[in-house]
Amino acid sequence: MSTATDTIEQFTSQEYKWGFVTDIESETVPRGLNEEIIRLISAKKREPDWLLQWRLKAYRHWLTMEEPRWWPNLTYAKIDYNDIIYYAAPKAQKKPKSLDEVDPELRRTFEKLGISLEEQKRLTGVAVDAVFDSVSVVTTFKEKLAELGIIFCSFSEAVQEHPDLVRKYLGSVVPYNDNFFAALNSAVFSDGSFVYIPKGVRCPMELSTYFRINARETGQFERTLIICEEGGYVSYLEGCTAPMRDENQLHAAVVELVAIGDHAQIKYSTVQNWYPGDKDGKGGIYNFVTKRGACRGRASKISWTQVETGSAITWKYPSCILQGDDSVGEFYSVALTNHYQQADTGTKMIHVGKNTRSTIVSKGISAGHGQNTYRGLVKVLKGAAYARNYSQCDSLLLGDKCGAHTFPYIEVKNTTATVEHEASTSKIGEDQIFYCNQRGLSKEDAVNMIVNGFCKDVFRELPMEFAVEAQKLLGVSLEGSVG
Amino acid sequence: MVLEAKTNFLRQFEVVDRAWPVPTLAPYRQQGRARFAALAFPTPRTEDWRFTNVAPLLETPFELPVDSASTVRLPLPPVADAGAVRLVFVNGAFDRERSEVDTSTGLVVESLATAGVERLAQLDQVADSSSQVFTALNTSLLCDGAVVRIPDGAAITPVIEVVWLSHASVRNVTTQPRLLVVAGAHSRATIVERFWGTTTEPATYFTNAVAEIAVGEHAVIDHYKVQQEAAAAYHVANTQVVVGRGANFTTHAVLLGGRLVRNEVRVRFAGEHAEATVNGLYVGAGKQHIDNHTVIDHAVPHCASHELYKGILTDQAHGVFNGKIFVRQDAQKTDAKQTNQTLLLSDDGATINTKPQLEIFADDVKCTHGATVGQLDADQLFYLQSRGLAAAQARRLLTFAFANDIVHRIHVPAVREELEALLVHRNLGS
Repeated sequence: MSTATDTIEQFTSQEYKWGFVTDIESETVPRGLNEEIIRLISAKKREPDWLLQWRLKAYRHWLTMEEPRWWPNLTYAKIDYNDIIYYAAPKAQKKPKSLDEVDPELRRTFEKLGISLEEQKRLTGVAVDAVFDSVSVVTTFKEKLAELGIIFCSFSEAVQEHPDLVRKYLGSVVPYNDNFFAALNSAVFSDGSFVYIPKGVRCPMELSTYFRINARETGQFERTLIICEEGGYVSYLEGCTAPMRDENQLHAAVVELVAIGDHAQIKYSTVQNWYPGDKDGKGGIYNFVTKRGACRGRASKISWTQVETGSAITWKYPSCILQGDDSVGEFYSVALTNHYQQADTGTKMIHVGKNTRSTIVSKGISAGHGQNTYRGLVKVLKGAAYARNYSQCDSLLLGDKCGAHTFPYIEVKNTTATVEHEASTSKIGEDQIFYCNQRGLSKEDAVNMIVNGFCKDVFRELPMEFAVEAQKLLGVSLEGSVG
Repeated sequence: MVLEAKTNFLRQFEVVDRAWPVPTLAPYRQQGRARFAALAFPTPRTEDWRFTNVAPLLETPFELPVDSASTVRLPLPPVADAGAVRLVFVNGAFDRERSEVDTSTGLVVESLATAGVERLAQLDQVADSSSQVFTALNTSLLCDGAVVRIPDGAAITPVIEVVWLSHASVRNVTTQPRLLVVAGAHSRATIVERFWGTTTEPATYFTNAVAEIAVGEHAVIDHYKVQQEAAAAYHVANTQVVVGRGANFTTHAVLLGGRLVRNEVRVRFAGEHAEATVNGLYVGAGKQHIDNHTVIDHAVPHCASHELYKGILTDQAHGVFNGKIFVRQDAQKTDAKQTNQTLLLSDDGATINTKPQLEIFADDVKCTHGATVGQLDADQLFYLQSRGLAAAQARRLLTFAFANDIVHRIHVPAVREELEALLVHRNLGS
């Protein structure tokens, strides 16, 4: 019993344990956004001219766009885009060649975060690309992957070393003018990860990126591009944290996945734990992310799994464009909102090719004053004969001040398609809690267990080490919401 | 284009004042016009109208049918019930001659144009003309309609039938049918609304109907709408309902006719322990466009709503279903269920856009919704064929069974049988 009590105490005392600030000198560009800043970022990164032009094109388009404000259940103060520092890098003398050369302060940060780079390297075999504020700090396991022809590096490095690939696929799935935040990202993106899986190669380890916003008043605008050739396979993990600060910080990322060849497969998992703000809704990250994958090859597959527990506001819709015949799209999501968090998340499945299939499993948990919205689109175009979709979105409400909303759009233009959508909303029954109490489980443990059971369908899709982390996260994020 | 449409309707305001100078309706018209002026017609960017483009409707200049009521003698649809109380409106005007009004039970049924001021007290109270542009338009052009008042505790056995006939022969005409039902506490009644019409090419007509139903405490009201407009007609309708404490309200919308149809049903619970059933069937062929828009507002605790909408689309028909359910913060113990099922039976362009929408702000609730889009089950077809039915017959039978799921819930035998026969003959799915 004592262990159970300890755990609860641990839970209640644990607020946001990733909320520390690392005291590292960082190099930033001046506050604000204009063409000069973009030129400066581009110059700092020694980018070729075509990329600078692309950024400027995106910026000019962004100026003509209006910030979307129409979501019915999202409210937030106006963002002053000129009051953000668009680039912050840990000040380093030179690029580290090995882990030993990385700033020890920085390494301690990552150790605190639980991603000891060395340990990861030795034990788990997960290759990690760590993005600290705006730049990628170190990429482990690079050589080993290179032997297989796999490219796994920071985006800036890819721009220098593989410009053809970047130029060919950058913006091919999420064009620079796609939406307000994607345009902003295209103009100012700082770094991110780049993955290339050649033909017929099955990536032997999970690739992983860890994102962290450290500096004050900065925004993080990373850009990830994953390209998978015919018969290739890659599983990619992404995790995020940020220090606790009173003001809101903006995170507007773009992720593009391209499954080019036949049978190419990309699995993308996210555990998003940006700082959610305190219990009164002060501070926290605005997480406005555009994620999209294109299944271009026949029988190619893209699978998104996300566990969203952090951020003051989450706005993201990882999508699949199923162009290749027989291609498959999947979306598994757990989104949790506690205190004053707001989440508006879901997916888009665009069926273009024949016999394309998609599955959507979305689990929303609302507690405190949290507002959780599922917004999804299943679109079957005229040529998508025998397309098949199954969607399930369930909501769990803990408390009477929170909200759960579902907005699924279903648009079918092909009469041989079969689309199913189911949604339910419920709360944890008093009888369920009573049953657990009677079996000797405390109320907190009972809620934890029920919530984890509710999310099981999604956790099952996560790679092992992420699944464990996700379960723990859920427990911590829910703390204080019971009773 | 939209501006032109507005000016065209503004012109009709003068026409209606001249042709139907009804003093009792004048203040309502004025209020409607003020609201109409402040509202814009929907565009494809209007979220609630995303899938329905009203441009063809707005591009057609419509006039009020000033003289046609007397000149045309339109055939009537079959009577819903032998003893039915029947109100017939031809191109918007009350046809006293062909109406059957029996008030022996204390029931008040009358024409809006001749009803006394006190009878109109609830007019424009239930329907939301302040945010719905078409409802505001209806109020702006009020000239006639039906008023049904069911006294407290009265159980009305005969079916109350309201028939809206429309006809366009030379000019394009528009009618603004308006129904006001006030059901007293503990009352009981069945209301059937029928929309029926004919056109002579190239003329067409536009029905812009509004029905307001106030269901008193513990009343049981059964409402049916059978829409069989002419193939060239436009039909926009808003049925808005307030359900009182402990009351039970049921509505079935069967949408068969019209080229561009938008049918809105809005139900709001005003008292606890009330129940509402909102069902619908839409059958589209050719290039028909049928948009179903429902809003169920659980504003108070302990209410239940059940919603089932089924659609059959063939040829290039376009169907839309948007079902909103709001559960307000206080509305604990809500039980809301919504289902939308659509059969797509052609391979040359039938389209469905489905958007169920749950917005839940209370935690102790049971809410589910489901939506399916698909074809006839291959196993079932095979089974029927193995029993000796031809493929076409088997398809017809299964499609009919799909539709009958709604039709068999209709409690007025004559209407149910008529629809059954109609659906069988419509040769669904072949």
